Amino acid sequence: MAKKAKRTTTSDDTSGGDGGFPWSTTALTAPTAGAVALFALLVRVMVSVGPYSGEGTPPKYGDYEAQRHWMEITLHTPASEWYRNTSANDLAYWGLDYPPLTAYQSLGHGLLLNTSLPDAVALSLSRGFESPVLKLLMRWTVLSSDLLLFFPAALYFVWVYCRRNVGGDKEGRSAPWLLAMILLNPCLILIDHGHFQYNCISLGLTLGAIAAVLSRNELVASALFSLAINHKQMSLYFAPAFFSHLLGKCLRRQNPIFEVMKLGLVVIGTFALVWQPYLYSLEAVMEVLSRLAPFERGIYEDYVANFWCSTSIFIKWKRLFPIQSMKFLSLITTVSAFLPSFIQQVKAPSDRGFLYALLNSSFSFYLFSYQVHEKSILLPLLPASLLALEEPLLFGWLMYYALLSMYPLLCRDHLILQYISVVALFGFIFYSPDGRSGMRANSFSIRKRALMTLPLLCSFILHVIYLSLRPPKKYPFLFEAMIMLLCFSQFVILTLYTNTKQLMLPDCSTRTERGKKDL
Amino acid sequence: MEEAAWFWGVATCVKLLLVPTYHSTDFEVHRHWLALTSSLPLARWYSDASSPWTLDYPPLFAYFELLLSLPASLLDPTIVDLVAGQNYAASSALLFQRVSVAAADLVLLLGAHRLACRLPPFRRRLAFAFLLWSPALLIVDHIHFQYNGFLLGILLLSLSFLAEGRDLAGGIAFAVLICSKHLFLVGAPVYFVYLLRHYCRGGFGKALGRFLAVGSAVGAVFAAAFGPFLYHGQMLQVLHRLFPFGRGLCHAYWAPNFWVFYIVLDKILAFVLAKLGFVIQAPKASFTGGLVGDSSPFAVLPQVTPAITFLLVILAMSPCLIKAFLKPQSKHIIRWVAYAYTCGFMFGWHVHEKASLHFTIPLAIVAMESLDDARHYFLLSIVSCYSLFPLLFEPQEYPVKILLLAVHSILMWLGFCQFRISRTSHQRKMSDSRGSCEKNQIIGCAGTCYLLGLFGVELWGQLLHPYFFGDKLPFLPLMLVSIYCAMGMMYSWAWQLRQIVRFC
Repeated sequence: MAKKAKRTTTSDDTSGGDGGFPWSTTALTAPTAGAVALFALLVRVMVSVGPYSGEGTPPKYGDYEAQRHWMEITLHTPASEWYRNTSANDLAYWGLDYPPLTAYQSLGHGLLLNTSLPDAVALSLSRGFESPVLKLLMRWTVLSSDLLLFFPAALYFVWVYCRRNVGGDKEGRSAPWLLAMILLNPCLILIDHGHFQYNCISLGLTLGAIAAVLSRNELVASALFSLAINHKQMSLYFAPAFFSHLLGKCLRRQNPIFEVMKLGLVVIGTFALVWQPYLYSLEAVMEVLSRLAPFERGIYEDYVANFWCSTSIFIKWKRLFPIQSMKFLSLITTVSAFLPSFIQQVKAPSDRGFLYALLNSSFSFYLFSYQVHEKSILLPLLPASLLALEEPLLFGWLMYYALLSMYPLLCRDHLILQYISVVALFGFIFYSPDGRSGMRANSFSIRKRALMTLPLLCSFILHVIYLSLRPPKKYPFLFEAMIMLLCFSQFVILTLYTNTKQLMLPDCSTRTERGKKDL
Repeated sequence: MEEAAWFWGVATCVKLLLVPTYHSTDFEVHRHWLALTSSLPLARWYSDASSPWTLDYPPLFAYFELLLSLPASLLDPTIVDLVAGQNYAASSALLFQRVSVAAADLVLLLGAHRLACRLPPFRRRLAFAFLLWSPALLIVDHIHFQYNGFLLGILLLSLSFLAEGRDLAGGIAFAVLICSKHLFLVGAPVYFVYLLRHYCRGGFGKALGRFLAVGSAVGAVFAAAFGPFLYHGQMLQVLHRLFPFGRGLCHAYWAPNFWVFYIVLDKILAFVLAKLGFVIQAPKASFTGGLVGDSSPFAVLPQVTPAITFLLVILAMSPCLIKAFLKPQSKHIIRWVAYAYTCGFMFGWHVHEKASLHFTIPLAIVAMESLDDARHYFLLSIVSCYSLFPLLFEPQEYPVKILLLAVHSILMWLGFCQFRISRTSHQRKMSDSRGSCEKNQIIGCAGTCYLLGLFGVELWGQLLHPYFFGDKLPFLPLMLVSIYCAMGMMYSWAWQLRQIVRFC
């Protein structure tokens, strides 16, 4: 591994930079950031060439058709009718089930589509409209959203992270590698640019909020996070972490109540701005909320690697308990799962602790919340990628099993080739030979290696089995269930680890003083 | 090797992602050759006319296709069916062919590794980045569809043998290359002169012995390739297919070489002279069509025949051949061979723009020798990659090609900025404090203007031309790209000539 400040004076050896590669720098310079960002964009563009969800499968199609339908609805009907069942808006056919910011985003994209391809968003006439031109335009709505929101947020975060030295002084850290880990997140790329979704918007806003918290712009952070919640309600998974950290910070200041009120006002103001068309009556608000939280669909749907679905093999929750009790049960378990991390942040808020809190909070919601989608694994993955320099093993491990949990979905979308390529690419960059990731094979103990090898082997076998074999008729979802159980077991191990890590973090004030003294 | 494998692995992931992109008719050509070689006996390979895509590569490439057809027939027999497989574009065929190109690039990996392993660590990695991640190669091989990576790998292997002093091995590898794609013959004069002077020396007996050794080794390769066809009396037919007459001076899209200027000058002169009152006979033949009897495609300037282009190429190569004759040194061989291919590109007959790969790939190694070479490579690789853009004309691939070139350019910038050739410690301190590449300027003022002009050409082609002309004059943007890139290529040729004459 290249040492940091080595300057050889031989005339033909040019140990350029700090490592051995053109992009091996410790800090993030404009060209290296540009190289990483452009490469990440290239990977997204290449994945976009592949199929999208529900391609050529009438009558329901998939998420792509849902997004196109929302553009159609928001373009041609007034805002008050977007969440209501009308003759023009049939909620049974992909009704809107995200908060109003998604609707505004669909409206914006719909306007763009309307100028070049009005037939694709014609009211009621464009159901199932598919064409290569439309695919290109739709893919570019996601790519442009990614470029406008997620990329700047990621760059800002890495810059703040390095400037604030959030992880502490460590040898051989690489800001470009961290940026690559955030931007080349295979799960996000495959879902957003393969399957077709707009997670980059809500995740980008959340990432911007996290970076703003780290750079002490808490009002901006609150506004951005409120916008993220208003784009996808799943962003609420991070709410306990934000709340606890900001509360902890406010309590340490001169005038805590005033500080809390300032933040509260920003949040309320942002919500009011977004929900403005629906604030005229409680009924309108409830109409929207009922679309956002469909409790009647049960505690889980399909096969997602969380607690309820995995234990349902032994305890048939849906049969044993009514929906009301399940709501209560999931509330209790979720709150108890994030409570330790919540309390830790209120008592001792710190930058590193905040990142761990985000991870723990989103994990607890993923594992115990009501009606979790398999795509919600993207939410814990975001803070894990932010912690990639501190916890490379955790991040790699989580990423691998998150991808495995997405595997059945991607197989249904015929994205196997893209899956293999993007995962392999991620693996190569994760283990890049300049050693900057801090991942060295011999640094793992025998115990750790044994712990990791067995599930890894099982996962390889499952990958192959799922593609090649047919499940028995009696248990048509056997393989999905096996994948789900494997992923759940790994997620439990990881969340126990991260919770312990956060609770063991030293107290903020003493740590920074100590940190400044020894260099 | 581990590093080279890492670079190759990353490149392969990108190549897999490019599987569903646009591919040209070359895809069907190679699929047909798979079917041809597996279904028909050897004697009929070069005489079969069941498809317009006749076999026009030498026999070793045909044997390679035969080898590939074995797993293809196992995967999906329709791929290698001569009749039922025509224009077969099922996902099995697409996947197989694309993966075969990516797998054949292992030869490129081997060649790159052998060539770059003796470089110091940083430059070695840079060389791998430019050889294995070349955007031009990705565009031509993995989108447009060809097998250049594999052939260029053999070229790099041959050059690596010569650079190490293992001349016999280098000669044999080059013979294998020529018997796989005869377009590489352009480098043969340099190889011949170099081997003659560098290998065949040391007293009359020894020299003669070595000469015979090289001759018989090369002869053996040719015999293995062409022997069966000689046995079947097919040689004339094979040569007829390999060197088809009746093609014009330029391809449908003009390669950015010297002839672009010749054609443009002819048109301008015709226009000017016609205005001045002279009688100008309108040309009957076209530049892309063949020579038709006595009529020339040129209105004013003298006619150009294949013989003339051949003479010009040899003439352009002559300084290099003289240098190789007078003082054959293994450290210059890559530069000389690259220069030979540059001359072939600039002055040859019916040159494809893809032929620029033949010299830009070896020049990536030469670029590691000095900052001047790096500067030249920076300009050349961008211009040659840009000249390949018209190959991909669909909107889906537009961002892919732009981003491939952009990432490559930034990598070159980052890499070359860190070249620190022997400078005094004072100079180093000064530029370290400034933290920029001012002392090590990668590109001068003229170069920057030229590269910015590429943006202008692209802007014209994509936005301004459709705005002003709509669908009329569709060839104008392509002509503009050709002419503009030809300027850069001419500069590259002249610069390489100067380097060889002054410093080798």
